[in-house]
Amino acid sequence: MKRSNAPIFWLLFGAGGMLSALLGTALVFVTGLAAPLGWPLGDGVASYSRMHAFSQHWLGKGFLFVVVSLFAWHAVHRIFHSLHDVGVPTGMGAKLLCYGAAMALTAIAAGSLLVIGF
Amino acid sequence: MNHHRHAAQPYVRPMQGWWRRDPFFVRYMGREATALAVLAYAVILAVGLVRLAQGEAAWNGWVDALRSPWSILLHLVLLASMVIHAHSWFEIMPKTMPMMYLRGERVGAPAIRRTGWIATVIVTLAVLALAAWWPR
Repeated sequence: MKRSNAPIFWLLFGAGGMLSALLGTALVFVTGLAAPLGWPLGDGVASYSRMHAFSQHWLGKGFLFVVVSLFAWHAVHRIFHSLHDVGVPTGMGAKLLCYGAAMALTAIAAGSLLVIGF
Repeated sequence: MNHHRHAAQPYVRPMQGWWRRDPFFVRYMGREATALAVLAYAVILAVGLVRLAQGEAAWNGWVDALRSPWSILLHLVLLASMVIHAHSWFEIMPKTMPMMYLRGERVGAPAIRRTGWIATVIVTLAVLALAAWWPR
């Protein structure tokens, strides 16, 4: 019997869902509100030197990669499985588009972090 | 003839707007819709990483873009969506997790939800502390 690849996608969905439940609110607040507004954490939260140093550190690099890729895999899996609910047929095209988007985001994150270097 | 064929067709219940018929379905769709916010945020972060790799000027441009009122508004929506996502994730976690036993007793749904929220508060404080005290 051919093994199904579905558990891999469900695993990524679950891991990304848990990670975004734990981290999503705090990260959106810091990167999307506190850093650009300079409040309440002050200026320079997302200065170039600071973020560059963070993304060069192996811990920061791993963190950023895991966050971007798992958030993406979680989201596309959920969107793919909701397409039927909103009346969109879920053929191979929809599948390739959804999981391809997560694959692309994973590749973009990995590529950028490699360019930034260690 | 044509009329007969038409009449013989089975009745198909219209599905347009099906999820608005029941508050349970509305909550279901709201929970699924948080995936759009999670995807949007992953895209925003990925763009940020690309700009960071391109150097200081590109990075500063990205941070400037985040300062626009539209971006702030978007991130407020994303923030609310992340809270809804966390809430619904912990709400269904007792059903999606394997059964857990502690001292011979099954761990109940409220305890699992509470644990999820406690972990979220701890992680949130850790992220804020890191953002505040990582050397600038």
